[in-house]
Amino acid sequence: MAKSTPAVADRAAPRALVEVRDASKHYGAVHALDGVTLDIAPGEVFGLIGHNGAGKSTLFKMMMGLIAPSRGEILIDGVAVTGDDFREVRRRIGYLPENVVFYDNLNALETLHFFAKLKGVSHSDNRALLERVGLGAAATRRIREYSKGMRQRLGFAQALLGEPRLLFLDEPTNGLDPDGIREFYGILAELRAAGATIVLTSHILAEIQQRVDRLAIIAAGKLRAVGALSALRSEADLPLWFDVDCEAAARPAVRAALASVTVTVHDAPAGLRVECARQHKLAVLAVLGSQAAALRDFHVREASLEDLFFGLSS
Amino acid sequence: MSVLQLQRRQVATIAGKEFWDRIRSLWVLAIALVFTVFALVIAYFGGAQQGLVGFRSMEFTIASLVSLVIYLIPLIALVLGFDAIVGERERGSLDLLLSMPITRFELLLGKYLGLAAALAFSTVAGFGLVAVVLASHLNLSGLAHYGLFMASSVLLGLAFLSLAVSVSVFASDRTRASGLAIALWFFFVLMFDLILLGVLVVGGGNTGGEWFAYLLLLNPADVFRVLNIASLDEVGALYGLATVFPRELANPWLLCAVLLAWSVLPLSLAAWRFRR
Repeated sequence: MAKSTPAVADRAAPRALVEVRDASKHYGAVHALDGVTLDIAPGEVFGLIGHNGAGKSTLFKMMMGLIAPSRGEILIDGVAVTGDDFREVRRRIGYLPENVVFYDNLNALETLHFFAKLKGVSHSDNRALLERVGLGAAATRRIREYSKGMRQRLGFAQALLGEPRLLFLDEPTNGLDPDGIREFYGILAELRAAGATIVLTSHILAEIQQRVDRLAIIAAGKLRAVGALSALRSEADLPLWFDVDCEAAARPAVRAALASVTVTVHDAPAGLRVECARQHKLAVLAVLGSQAAALRDFHVREASLEDLFFGLSS
Repeated sequence: MSVLQLQRRQVATIAGKEFWDRIRSLWVLAIALVFTVFALVIAYFGGAQQGLVGFRSMEFTIASLVSLVIYLIPLIALVLGFDAIVGERERGSLDLLLSMPITRFELLLGKYLGLAAALAFSTVAGFGLVAVVLASHLNLSGLAHYGLFMASSVLLGLAFLSLAVSVSVFASDRTRASGLAIALWFFFVLMFDLILLGVLVVGGGNTGGEWFAYLLLLNPADVFRVLNIASLDEVGALYGLATVFPRELANPWLLCAVLLAWSVLPLSLAAWRFRR
């Protein structure tokens, strides 16, 4: 199990772009967020993972200076998000709120125009931006007629106004169909290649685990772990197992061979399930190799990030 | 904080959206038409109860319009502004707005100015059209009185819009905001004068005098009434209130200033409440 106070693997040689220091938000006795500390480096893709209500959106709103922390502070580019100077920093941040809502009476182009003016950025290439998120054909349709997925795409386009160097995307694929999700991650990869820093949240771990440099797991307002996927995996030391497919007659021989390594062996419908600790993986492989003639096939199963998440969150 | 570093472009962007929303939804047109139709009906048929049909005089028309506008404009202004902020909050669009490089004060001011422009535009267009229709009946003094009536109608609207926008900041949801707006209308338009009269009657008339007139300044609707009635010598006699009103308070500039204060104060209170 990971420690409850995460050892932040600070790769930060340059100053972190986002510095969260002991950020807490208490509503009476309810701790929506409790003592969260983390750094996000420039150019990093950072995933924030947790169940609904775990505190992800609270942290996001706090990072945008929308709600004041009860304790602690947050700096972006060295500027406190609660201070007056943060207004200028906001120009360079793209923010997609959870369940983004626009004005039904405007069309997509008018919506982008309005937000570009508020943001003080160029709005000459809004049509290209809508093409990019797949709304080119719907650019002049009223938002009233938009589906949930289309609204989400427009929300993403809005976040991209002014080519921000830092993006906060709260549940960005919420409401998108599989095509939409693929297109979204395509654009995200382009942004990453261009050097943007991206912070995104999700409660679907499998979706983002291959797409982030580091991730933080948040549960009940507390940060449970921070780090790269591989580091979190080895730190958590979750079990792995082999599903061995063999004839019933060959099972005793395989069992006997496995007695030399520290494993737990169960009978399974198609053969045997062999559970072992991570450090015995290669030893088990060697034994299975020596029994190759008795085996039809085998699969190595490892705990996924999902298992890790539920393990750490509970 | 924000007041000193107000960015006009941000305020103008918000105000422009509010204004054009009302233009596009035909709100401005509809309200202007309501004003025009009511004013013309009053001008030509206002004397029907006395068996008179047709235009009588500008002074009587204005006097009748004042009694109508005093109900109508506060109601329209409250309906226009009661969900300015709470509506954004409830719809879920407030966070996105506030994540922009805009201060809360700029957002509030932009909302108010945009709605104020829409309301003022409908008022001036609606009653202005009436002035054009009645042009042949208007002499210089009639025109001046009608001009004052239009200007004070705009100010009355701004005062109640300020109350409405502050309701939209203080209320936690739209339902409460609408209830609060209706309560304000009842209080200022229906109850206030009754309460004052009740106090006078209970006091046996001994409590009257100067301070009573000053109490009328606490209600923008009364300020509007006094402003218009006091300026009309011909009908002033019809209104008991206007005759007890002290001369130094009947100064139109002073009364306009009071109405302006009524459009600034609730908004300032709202800005203070909304700052975080």
